[in-house]
Formats: sequence, C-alpha cells, structure tokens
Amino acid sequence: MSEERKIRVLVAKPGLDGHDRGAKVIARAFRDAGFEVIYTGLRQTPEMIVSAAIQEDVDAIGLSCLSGAHMYLFPRIVELLRERGADDVVVFGGGTIPDEDIATLKEAGIAEIFTPGTSTSVAIDYVRTHVRQRA
Amino acid sequence: MEIIERIRRQDVRAIARLMSLVENNAPEATAALKELYPITGQAFIVGITGPPGSGKSTLTDQLTKEFRRDGKTVGIIAVDPTSPFTGGAILADRIRMQQHSLDAGVFIRSMATRGHLGGLARATGDVVNVLDAAGKELILVETVGVGQDEVEVVKTADTCVVVSVPGLGDDVQAIKAGILEIADIFVVNKADREGADKTVTELQAMMGLGPGRSDWSPPILKTVATQGQGIAELVQGILAHRAHLDRRGLRQMRQRERSRALFLELLQEQGTRRLLERASANGTLEHTIERIAKREMDPYSAVEELLAKAGL
Ligand SMILES: Nc1nc2c(ncn2[C@@H]2O[C@H](COP(=O)(O)OP(=O)(O)OP(=O)(O)O)[C@@H](O)[C@H]2O)c(=O)[nH]1
Ligand SMILES: [Mg+2]
Repeated sequence: MSEERKIRVLVAKPGLDGHDRGAKVIARAFRDAGFEVIYTGLRQTPEMIVSAAIQEDVDAIGLSCLSGAHMYLFPRIVELLRERGADDVVVFGGGTIPDEDIATLKEAGIAEIFTPGTSTSVAIDYVRTHVRQRA
Repeated sequence: MEIIERIRRQDVRAIARLMSLVENNAPEATAALKELYPITGQAFIVGITGPPGSGKSTLTDQLTKEFRRDGKTVGIIAVDPTSPFTGGAILADRIRMQQHSLDAGVFIRSMATRGHLGGLARATGDVVNVLDAAGKELILVETVGVGQDEVEVVKTADTCVVVSVPGLGDDVQAIKAGILEIADIFVVNKADREGADKTVTELQAMMGLGPGRSDWSPPILKTVATQGQGIAELVQGILAHRAHLDRRGLRQMRQRERSRALFLELLQEQGTRRLLERASANGTLEHTIERIAKREMDPYSAVEELLAKAGL
C-alpha cells in the first residue's frame, strides 16, 4: 500500500541575525499546507543546512535571511548541494533582499526569491509545482 | 543491488533516500530492506520518551556528545506528530542537536507520525534497521511527546529511558499508566527547577507499588540537560542496563520479541491486503457485503467461504 508522498521542506535561517519570526511563519504555513517541515533554528552555516537537507532527504530548502549576507550564503548553499550531488533540491529564499540582487541569485541557482509581502500561498504553490517528481 | 552497497559504505544520500522510500512504503523499499535485514541486529537501541517539552531532544543531544567522545557512531531518529487536520508536520527536534550536524559519525533523521499512534511512526522500526545496516553502533529514538499509553518504543528499543520533569502536577499522573512499566531508566530532567526531589520520591513510591520486576530495578536519575549535568550518570545507567541485558540473555529475548512483532505485523498487513484484493476482484466484495446487509447471507459464513476459496 503505497502512501501519499509527503513534500519535505527544510526551513532554515542562515547567518547571524537575531530572530526567526519570518521563518516560523513560513514553517507553519507549509505545515498547514500538508508539508513536512524540518525546522533547524537560528544561526545556521551553509554547511550545516546542506548536511541537514541531505540527511532529511528534503525536496526543497527555504532560506530566510535578513542579515544582508544572502549574496554569499544563498549561492554557497547551492554550490555545496552540487558538490554533494544533491542539486535536485529546490532552493528558494525570502527576506529583505533588494530587487537588484535577485537576478544574480537566480543565476547562481536559487530557484526563486520571495520578497516581503508575498503571500505564503504563493510560496506553497511554488513548492508544490517545482519539487522533483519521484517515489 | 547498488543501493545496498551504498548503504554499507555509509553513503549519506543513499541512506536518506532509502529512509524516504521506506516512509512512503514504496515497493523498492521492501526489496532493499530484504537485502539489508541479514546485516541488522548489531546496533544498540535506546528509546527516549516522556511528555512534550520535557527535554528529550536536549538529552538526546547530550547523550550523543558523550557517546561520540567514546568513539561510538550514533544514529538519531526523532519523531514528531503529524497534524491530524492538515497532514503536515513541523519537525523541530534538530534545533537542539545542531552541534552534531557536521559530524560524519552522527546521522539525524526527523520523522512525522503520519497518523500512526503509539509515539512512533509506522516506519520507525524499518528506519532503525537502515541505520543499523549502515553501521551506526548506537541508535537513539526520540518519541513524540507522549501522554500515557503511547509506549510502542518499548518494542523497538533495548533500553527505554523515560523522562519526566518536576512540577507536572501534584502526582506524576502524566507518566503513570503504561509508561511506568516500560522504563528501564527514569530521568527527572530540569532538576535545576524546584521540586525535583519530590518528583524522585514520588517515582520511587510509585515503583514500590508496581509489580516487582526481574532483577533490574530502574534507577531514577536527575539531570539538567541544558547544562550537561547528570549525563555521565545517565550514560553509565544505559551501559549498566545493557550489561544486565547481556548477562541475562535478555537482549536476545528482546530481539526475538521484536522479530515476532515485526513478522506478525507484516503478516497481518499483507495477509489482509491480499485477501481483500482477492475478495474485491470484479466487485465480489461489494456484492457479498450487499447480500450480508440484505440478510441473504450471514457474515460468518461469508468469511469462511472467502478463506476456503483462498485455500485457508
Ligand atoms: N531549565 C531547564 N530547561 C531545560 C532542560 N532541558 C531542556 N530544557 C529546555 O526545555 C525546552 C524543551 O526541550 P526539548 O529538548 O526540546 O524537549 P523535548 O522533550 O524534546 O520536546 P518535544 O520534542 O517538543 O516533546 C527547551 O527550551 C530546552 O532548552 C533542563 O535541564 N533545565
Ligand atoms: Mg524533542
């Protein structure tokens, strides 16, 4: 009896900035959408995020960043996933990210950036339609 | 089979993928579990259970640190509840285990119950087996924050650690019922809080009332998990219990019980499914049910007939 496959998403907060309110809001919204959300808390290095993502076999990683270090942190995560052969994991981000950075981030392999004010349902639909199809 | 080789070589991605297949009850999972089964049964499995927020994850983290210092490889399975309304879950136990996230000797996996009752997920036992086959020497299984009768972990673990905290109420109601009987070790965590000694005394009193147990009387240990206090004693307690199991041949007995439970569960699940499939072929099941409803046939004979057709 094959069960319904659950979408698994890691919600992480890279960087050193203090609070994780935004990350918690999106984690709850994903749970309410029926996803299994692995929540790892504050102050995560790219290495820690990628290691957790691989052990948890997630379909997607949602990154929340308010520190301004996204131009380093986000691409580094994509790079580490590639190195470990896990580049089928969809990486998306949110937080205070200036419009002019978005194109560069997408070029670096970040699949999507949700700017502040984006409804959580947009992110939910995005994940549903973009995660890999598999068993 | 390639995946088996990769599991044995401790390829993290392969282990993680197989766990997902197992959780999703995919056909490939069964094939892999068949191959892995002969090399399982090596790991020592410790269950950690107790009420929500009692410090199970923090204790798991501290135990891992201690066993790693000893050079043991560790697998952790942390179970959190699936929301019955949305089917989703927030799996947050890893928050307390971040110090191990870059240690190649530690594999942490979060699992949602997906509607399974008893404090574990349906597939937790199989995921334990995957970690076992991947060579993890110690496997820590953190159950969901349990109330009273979610004691399935006892079927999976060699040693069951039951965690409580001071001030759960005037009595230790929350850990009464079934939980008392499954404890091999009691931990009163958050001993930095008022009332820890009172909780210890209450536990002692309750154990005095319970049915006498073989020749192992569960120690009651005070810990402050957030500060690492009492962890060395907890490790000693676990090792002592393990030695006790080995001395009395009880570990084999527990493994045998585990094998029995696993086998009977699979038999039940698959036997029922096959019979139902057979009975449902070209609508006969519905037809039979209709006849039973109309009193043209009685359900007792219908079952006998169906089983007879299956050669049983
Ligand atoms: N004061 C004090 N707080 C503690 C102690 N151990 C854990 N905590 C805190 O208690 C809270 C819950 O700890 P966890 O380890 O997440 O508890 P848990 O039993 O795993 O929780 P669930 O998995 O949600 O059931 C956290 O804020 C911990 O920091 C302790 O010994 N003393
Ligand atoms: Mg926990």
